[in-house]
Amino acid sequence: MSKVLHSAPRFASNEGVVEALTKALGTMLVAAEEQHGEVVLTIQRGEIANALRTLRDGHEYQQLMEIAGVDYPDRAERFEVVYMLLSVTKNHRLLVKVNAAENTPVPTVTTLWPNAGWLEREVFDLYGVIFEGNQDLRRILTDYGFEGHPFRKDFPLTGYVELRYSQEQQRVIYEPVKLNQDLRQFDFLSPWEGADYVLPGDEKAEGDKA
Amino acid sequence: MSFTLEESPTTGDEVITNYTINFGPQHPAAHGVLRMVLELDGEIIERVDPHVGLLHRGTEKLIEHKTYLQALPYFDRLDYCSPLGMEHSYVLAVEKLLNVEVPLRGQYLRVLFAELTRICNHMLNMGSHVMDVGAMTPNLWLFEIREDCLNFFERASGARMHSAWFRPGGVHQDVPEKLLVDIGEWLDDRLPRLFEDAMSLVIDNRIFKQRNVDIAVVSKEDALAWGFSGPMIRAAGIPWDLRKSQPYDVYDRMDFEIPVGTNSDCYDRFMVRVEEVRQSARIMKQCLAQMPSGPVASTDPKVSPPKRAEMKQSMEALIHHFKLYTEGFHVPAGEVYVATESPKGEFGVYLVSDGSNKPYRCKIRPTAFSHLQAMDFMCKGHMLPDATAILGAIDVVFGECDR
Repeated sequence: MSKVLHSAPRFASNEGVVEALTKALGTMLVAAEEQHGEVVLTIQRGEIANALRTLRDGHEYQQLMEIAGVDYPDRAERFEVVYMLLSVTKNHRLLVKVNAAENTPVPTVTTLWPNAGWLEREVFDLYGVIFEGNQDLRRILTDYGFEGHPFRKDFPLTGYVELRYSQEQQRVIYEPVKLNQDLRQFDFLSPWEGADYVLPGDEKAEGDKA
Repeated sequence: MSFTLEESPTTGDEVITNYTINFGPQHPAAHGVLRMVLELDGEIIERVDPHVGLLHRGTEKLIEHKTYLQALPYFDRLDYCSPLGMEHSYVLAVEKLLNVEVPLRGQYLRVLFAELTRICNHMLNMGSHVMDVGAMTPNLWLFEIREDCLNFFERASGARMHSAWFRPGGVHQDVPEKLLVDIGEWLDDRLPRLFEDAMSLVIDNRIFKQRNVDIAVVSKEDALAWGFSGPMIRAAGIPWDLRKSQPYDVYDRMDFEIPVGTNSDCYDRFMVRVEEVRQSARIMKQCLAQMPSGPVASTDPKVSPPKRAEMKQSMEALIHHFKLYTEGFHVPAGEVYVATESPKGEFGVYLVSDGSNKPYRCKIRPTAFSHLQAMDFMCKGHMLPDATAILGAIDVVFGECDR
C-alpha cells in the first residue's frame, strides 16, 4: 500500500495478521485480504459462529462492536453481513464477512456475545437477513407492524406508507405516500467520466451501428 | 387501572403477581423517546425490554442518496449533544478511503473542538443524570458552561449545535484569533470555577451517593462481552480510550490521563466523566499552546474547495468549486471501519465506497445500542427508581441510537 497520509485512528500493525488467521481458520475461510489498512476476512456462512469463536477465544478479539448489513442486488447471494471485531489487548480491528441470501439463514452469534442480539435484529429488520438461533428476532428500528426491509437497495427512499393524525378518526392512520412533487434525484456524474445513462438522442447513434 | 389480588388456593394468602409498566416514550427521564417495558415484582425490576427506533429517520439510507459532502450534516443530527464528535468519525473514514493528508492546523482545530464537544456533551449528561436522581441546581449551573461552549461553536462555524464544520480534508474555515484567545481565558478561569463549584454540590452529596453507589455494577468480563465503550468500559476498570490506544489526528501529541473506575457502578461512571472534563480542558490548553499557523484544510483541490478570493482570479479554481459542489469528489472503491472516541464511547462509521461520488453504504455504529441493550441485565434486581439513574449514567441520546 502507498504511504499513509490520512490521520484516521492508527491501530496495531496488520503485518502477519492475514497469514496467522488464514492458518488458524483453515477451511472456514473463503477469502482474506487487506485493503485501505483494514483486514477483511470472508467466512463460509455456516461456519461463522465457529470462526468468530476461534477469533474470540484463540486470538483475543474480545469485543463485537457492530454488525452491518450491506445489499448488493446484483449478486446471487445479495447480502453481506459484516462483523466488526476489536481486540483490546492486541489493539487491533478485524472485519469479518459472510454472504447470505433472503432464504439462507446465518447462524447467530448471540451465544458468543450477548450484545449480538440487537445487532442481528437490526440487520434482520433493515435487510431481512435471517439469523438462525436468535431467540428474539423482532423488528427493532422500524415501526410496529412495519412491512418490508427498508435498507434494501430496491426499497424506495420515500417508502410506501406515510402516517398522520386524523382529526376525524381521532387516531394515527397510515396512507400510501403521496408526493406533491417528484423526488428529485440529481445526477451530477460527468457524462464523459463513465456515467452509465443514455442522454436523449444517444440511442440514435447506437441504432446506426446496429 | 386496578389490580385485583388473587388468593392462593393452597394457603389462602394473597398472591401478588408481577405486573408490567410502560416507561416512556414520553418521560423526562427517558432522555428522548425510549420506551421501556418493565416487568416489576413489587418495586423490584425483573425484566426490562427497551423498545427503540421511535426516532428512526433512515439516516443511513438518506446518506446513500447524497454525495460525501452532503452526507456530512446528517452526522450532526445523530447525537445532537455532541455533533462534532459524530462528524469526526465520518470525515476520518472518508479521509482514510481517500488517503488525503490534513494540514497540522486543521488537525489541531479538530482536536480542540472535539474536546470542547466532549465538555459540552458531559455538561448535558451530568446535569441530566443529577436531575434524574433528584437535584436541580447543578443542572442549571452546568448549563451555564454548555451555553459558553455553544457560543464558541457559533463563533467558529456560525451554528450553535449543528456545526457541519469538520470536512473531509480538514475543517471548513479557520477560526478568528480572538476566539482562540477567548477559549484560552475561559479554560483558565470560567470553566474550572463554574465546574468545580457545581461538582462540589454533587460529588460528596449524600443523596446523590445513595442513589448511585453500587447501582448497576458491571464486571470487566461483562463490559467486554456486551460491547461497552467509552466511560462505560472505563468505569468498569478497563483503561481503554481510543484517543490513547488508536490515536487519530494529533491526539498522539497530547499529554492526558485516562480516568478509570474501581467499582463499576453508576457513581463511577459519573466520576469518570467528571475527570474527563478536566482532562479535556488539559488537552484543549495543549492544543492552544501548540497550534501552528497554516492552512486548515487539505490543499488538494480535488477534495477541498478553493478560497473565495482565488475563485475571482483563477478559472481552474472556479471549475474545481463548481465540480466539488455539484458532482462532489469521487472516493476510491473499498471499505473501512473507522471509530473514534466520541464523548459517549466508540462511535464508528463503516463506509463502503464503489468508487462513485456517493457512499454505497454507510453504517453508523451508535454507542447507545450496546449500552441500552445491557439495560436488562443491569437493572435486574434493582428498584424501579434506579432505572432512571442507570439510564442517566449510560448517557443515551436517541438521535444517535435510532439513527
